[in-house]
Amino acid sequence: MAYVPIADRPDEMHDPQSFITKYIWSQDHKVIAIQYGGTAIAIGVVALVLSVLMRLQLGFPDTFAFIDPTDYYQYVTMHGMIMVVYLLTALFLGGFGNYLIPLQIGARDMVFPFLNMLSYWFYLLSVIILAASFFVAGGPTGAGWTLYPPQAITEGTPGAEGGILLMLLSLAVFVVAFTMGGLNYVTTVLQARTHGMTLMRMPLSVWGIFVATILGLFAFPALFVSAVMMAFDHLLGTSFFMPAMISLGESVEHAGGSPILFQHLFWFFGHPEVYIVALPAFGLVSDVLSTHARRNIFGYRMMVWAIVAIGGLSFIVWAHHMYVSGMNPYFGFFFAFTTLIIAVPTAIKVYNWVLTLWKGNIRMTVPMLFAMGFIFTFIHGGLTGLFLGNVTVDLPLSDTYFVVAHFHMVMGVSPVLVLFAAIYHWFPKISGRMFDEKLGKIHFWGTFLGTYAIYLPMHYIGALGVPRRYFALGTTDFIPESAFELNAAITVAALIVAAIQVVFFINVFKSLWKGEKADPNPWEATSLEWHTPHTPPHHGNWGPNLPVVYRWAYEYATPGVKDDFVPQSVPPGDVVMKKKGDVFKESEH
Amino acid sequence: MSATDIANPAGTSEFVKDWSSEKQTYHVPWGKAMMWLFLVSDTFIFTCFLVGYLNVRRTTTDPWPYPSEVFALELFGHNLPLILIAIMTFVLITSSGTMALAVRYAHFRDKQKIFWFMVITALFGATFVGMQVFEWSKLISEGVRPWANPFGAPQFGSIFFMVTGFHGVHVSIGVLYLLIVANKIRKGDYDKSGNYEIVEITGLYWHFVDLVWVFIFAFFYLW
Repeated sequence: MAYVPIADRPDEMHDPQSFITKYIWSQDHKVIAIQYGGTAIAIGVVALVLSVLMRLQLGFPDTFAFIDPTDYYQYVTMHGMIMVVYLLTALFLGGFGNYLIPLQIGARDMVFPFLNMLSYWFYLLSVIILAASFFVAGGPTGAGWTLYPPQAITEGTPGAEGGILLMLLSLAVFVVAFTMGGLNYVTTVLQARTHGMTLMRMPLSVWGIFVATILGLFAFPALFVSAVMMAFDHLLGTSFFMPAMISLGESVEHAGGSPILFQHLFWFFGHPEVYIVALPAFGLVSDVLSTHARRNIFGYRMMVWAIVAIGGLSFIVWAHHMYVSGMNPYFGFFFAFTTLIIAVPTAIKVYNWVLTLWKGNIRMTVPMLFAMGFIFTFIHGGLTGLFLGNVTVDLPLSDTYFVVAHFHMVMGVSPVLVLFAAIYHWFPKISGRMFDEKLGKIHFWGTFLGTYAIYLPMHYIGALGVPRRYFALGTTDFIPESAFELNAAITVAALIVAAIQVVFFINVFKSLWKGEKADPNPWEATSLEWHTPHTPPHHGNWGPNLPVVYRWAYEYATPGVKDDFVPQSVPPGDVVMKKKGDVFKESEH
Repeated sequence: MSATDIANPAGTSEFVKDWSSEKQTYHVPWGKAMMWLFLVSDTFIFTCFLVGYLNVRRTTTDPWPYPSEVFALELFGHNLPLILIAIMTFVLITSSGTMALAVRYAHFRDKQKIFWFMVITALFGATFVGMQVFEWSKLISEGVRPWANPFGAPQFGSIFFMVTGFHGVHVSIGVLYLLIVANKIRKGDYDKSGNYEIVEITGLYWHFVDLVWVFIFAFFYLW
């Protein structure tokens, strides 16, 4: 029997029959992507509001009576967990992964659309469980986003009764949802590529999402296991993580557990998680930079291998989050070493982005602004990472605002800037309409300058030794008056940045409602998703025939070619040359 | 590949080139690829459980019970250590053999034999779960609980019920999976396509569950 790719088998297409199958119980990867994205952004707005409330308390202590210490710890916890897991992971992999993988590799859908649909509904369930914890007695957990035992499940911590259980349940459901989606993404990249789409011709977006998903499939099990074990400690009275100790004057009914074990399991998930978020961001930003700079991405092969190397290394650095945990100090030597090695492939990527811009014909579009902003914030956050990766430097800085500033630069602001770049970049394809350029630029400058106004002073506050996680600093000798003034200034900047995000939502809704109709390929890009027969692409993406790929995705400004870009799907014979008689030489890629 | 190719460093780049070529070069059915990926991911879950076990076994302050005493059975007046678990392991390994036979007959598209070997495999699996229920109830009647253990460290009970329970759930799901696929084969759902890959995919899952058991057996019962 002749081999027929799964995507070409007519019985595999689940053509939508009604409104419900088309938009709600949809198995189309594009609809699922929008569902994922919408849910992630909605819960992300909750986390944004929580951060504003936190900043109000920090900037102006003793002013807001409605924020008490319990609330504050709950804000901290929920803000962190939502941003890292439910917003960034879900939006990059569930949102952009779902949308871009089939379109960029030339497939009609994911290989197992039904499982893909289930993935979204489990994700929605996990978000609902998480949101429900705001409404149970005692409120959500306030254990800090790392949920360290013993305090996470010990009486006296906010939400130690019901909130923590809902959090653990929600995480377990999220892992199930992610696994269903992730199996699909990886298998689709491996098995559903169209003719001519070799691995080394894939756009870097797909590479980033592909490797990040593999990391997720290997890292989320550790989170799942630690959630199960902590739930047992809480519900059944086991002692996996709970040592014998005295709490509120009474000894707890646990003995012999290991709190450090939880930290190891959590960070075995937690560090790869950083790269689960960062690698798709690396991929997406590479495509945006290359397209808008009209230059091929510099060092494509090295970019791919750097993604793979970072992915591999991310599994052997986790204990650099635990230098102050009380683990064996000799571990610190090994983990500092591996941590600093990661700087090598990461630096390769940064140099390559900058060299992509070098002598490029840069178009200062809104997505390009966000992508270039990312290079700034990422270098910035990466450099402070060099400090924190060293044990001796980390020890005094670990529990200060320096760490908050570092990871917000590198893991908060940087991926979010890429998310905005990607949303603006692919908005015309997803919606079929153009966004408002002016509003987009206001949004960029407000966000980019605003984040520096927030996080630069925060490094300084951290270097002064101001501890993080505190509800109020009170009066201490080592904290100068200027730190309080800076805190107030940071809060004002944070309020402005938060307010500017409203511009983004106005832009999206305004453009959806009466935006200019978008050209199918407004950025003159080469990758397959810009060359679909319809915009936005219809169910099945490609009409009767799948595209055939002849080259890599970065054929910009090729010498001798008339247009400054050559799409992946144009046969070599159809490429128009500048002069007569020239023979088009196909790129090695 | 000859020996000179392996010695030649250029061979590595050829290897990468081969693997990064078009998917048709190394065609693997997507169902099989997906099952492999799932199993690798699941391996990480069991590994984390077992690492957790090794860790709390060291941190707990109470002595760890002696497995061959805890898991001994009084049979015909003899005290036989680990007898039940030996039989359980034997049953599960045997079921891997019958599963392999089902996959073999899937290559010949022999519906009758596939069906029966899958049902036999499922029966072995159900027997295993049944014996596990017996083992659990015996330990529970002796006072072992997830939070307490009369033989020593309470973590012994915690880990035992958690890990064997998680594995038992895997076996039970496998039994259902086997029966569903066997029934579809009996009904002739795959006659039209002539594609019996699903048997092999089910087999992958089943062998994985057996393999995990070997590790649980070695780490938990023998040590």
